[in-house]
Amino acid sequence: MRLPLASAGINVALALVAALTLFPLAWMVSASFMTAGEASSFPPPMLPAAATLANYRLLFAEHGIVRQALNSLLISLLATGLALAFNLSAGYAFAKLRFAGRERIFRLLLGALVIPAQVTMMPLFLMLKQMGLVNSTAGALVPWLASVFGIYLVRQYAQSIPDELLEAARMDGAGEWTLFVRVVLPVLKPIIVTLAVLTFLGSWNDFMWPLIVLTEHDVQTLPVALAVLSREHVQDVELMMAGAVITVLPVLLLFLALQRYYLQGLLVGSVKG
Amino acid sequence: MRSSLAAWLFVAPALLAIAVFFVVPVAAALLMSTTDFDIYALADLRNVRFVGLGNYLHLLQRPLFWRALLNTMFFVVVGVPLSIGTSLAAALLLNSPLARLKGFYRTALFAPVVTTLVAVAVVWRFLLHTRYGLLNYGLSSLGLTPVDWLGDPRWAMPAIVLLSVWKNFGYNMIILLAGLQAIPGEMYEAARLDGAGPGALFRHITLPALAPMLLMVSILTMAGHFQLFAEPYVMTQGGPAERTVTVLYFMYEEGFKWWSLGSASSVAFVLFLFMFGFTLLQLRVSRGTGTA
Repeated sequence: MRLPLASAGINVALALVAALTLFPLAWMVSASFMTAGEASSFPPPMLPAAATLANYRLLFAEHGIVRQALNSLLISLLATGLALAFNLSAGYAFAKLRFAGRERIFRLLLGALVIPAQVTMMPLFLMLKQMGLVNSTAGALVPWLASVFGIYLVRQYAQSIPDELLEAARMDGAGEWTLFVRVVLPVLKPIIVTLAVLTFLGSWNDFMWPLIVLTEHDVQTLPVALAVLSREHVQDVELMMAGAVITVLPVLLLFLALQRYYLQGLLVGSVKG
Repeated sequence: MRSSLAAWLFVAPALLAIAVFFVVPVAAALLMSTTDFDIYALADLRNVRFVGLGNYLHLLQRPLFWRALLNTMFFVVVGVPLSIGTSLAAALLLNSPLARLKGFYRTALFAPVVTTLVAVAVVWRFLLHTRYGLLNYGLSSLGLTPVDWLGDPRWAMPAIVLLSVWKNFGYNMIILLAGLQAIPGEMYEAARLDGAGPGALFRHITLPALAPMLLMVSILTMAGHFQLFAEPYVMTQGGPAERTVTVLYFMYEEGFKWWSLGSASSVAFVLFLFMFGFTLLQLRVSRGTGTA
């Protein structure tokens, strides 16, 4: 007889936690449709009295947010493409090809994970300044080329490819590159999607490095532009919420569509040996 | 021989990229941290001078640096246990055989993890507003005194902890949920037959089974917490009374506002040492208590 009570307790608790968790996001959407100044009244309104698109129009017309959305999109797409190109081949080689020092190099790479990326930011900035790449898409992409995490992710997955499959293709006279493209990549498809989603979301949400390397308005990504805007327009709550919606919505939708792959990557990635 | 060459061609691009854009910069940062690299050096490299450990010694004399260390430690020491505790509680709820709509709840609780930190920091800045914020509205409707979250030096960092727990607990929740699901049901059955209550089951079966996972989760979460930057940048700009200046915020201002890149590099290495030290400490402690 205790069971129905316990069941109700657990389900009510879950509903409550979910409501609290989703509330800030729901309020963000709601406030983005309020008229200017509406959110700063007491008691604070939950829903707009008369929903308006004025904040979005203002962002598009006066703050050039389309430009920054396109910057974000371009950088995230390129980062994803580059990360796939660099990490897939390396991860596969670390799992399945033999070469001198393979294990030692891989252990060194894993060891490098303890160094926080921020250590590299000062020299990297100078390096890019010398190359004239500050305020360029290329400058923002530099940290996304190859990553130890990406290589690790692909290696873990590629280890499950049976050696017989590779040997059979080699017997048929396939070169290593043909083998990689025709046999290995199709098998790696799930982890390719995982790596792509993780990289896209990671580069879209990235803040500190883009803030440093993209100082001009026209080259900035959405998070950087939003941070700058929010420091200048502290009072314009509703406008900021529209900016936040535009920034968050694409990644949230992408996550919802490819959730399975994202969570798989999270689980593989967190079981570091 | 041929296959070995092919293998090298497969790994070379990635290794080269990591060497040029990570290994070399790390070495260069170490070197830079021993120079007085500043705005004059930025204009002309001949202005750089070697100062040995000068930057590090100078840091020790700066109250703001100590403040930043203290603030960061507060965020780590308070934020990490709170974050993991929330993750564990949520994972236990989701793992209950009595819970319905698990897929929906899992997605809902995970959603903040994928959102853009800057954007949700902007949202929370208004939710935490003293007069118009919904958090204070909620508190006062419960009969509690409203708090000047981001304006009161005592409350600014706790407010950022709150945001951070909300944003991140879903991540560890997913990992711990996988850990919980891997515990065989027979273990609970056997213990229940021996008369163990829910508390005893949790302490003697769930926690020991999760221990290795909790260790890994706490090491990764701690590393993340040491790198607090965007929240104070967007929400408080280091204030009030410098109570939300973190080590990275200090490094950013030192390097990219005042252009003291040499000094900023030394800050980065101090942060690295702290992260490394605390990771070793966690490993040591967990070995001492026999959990890993």
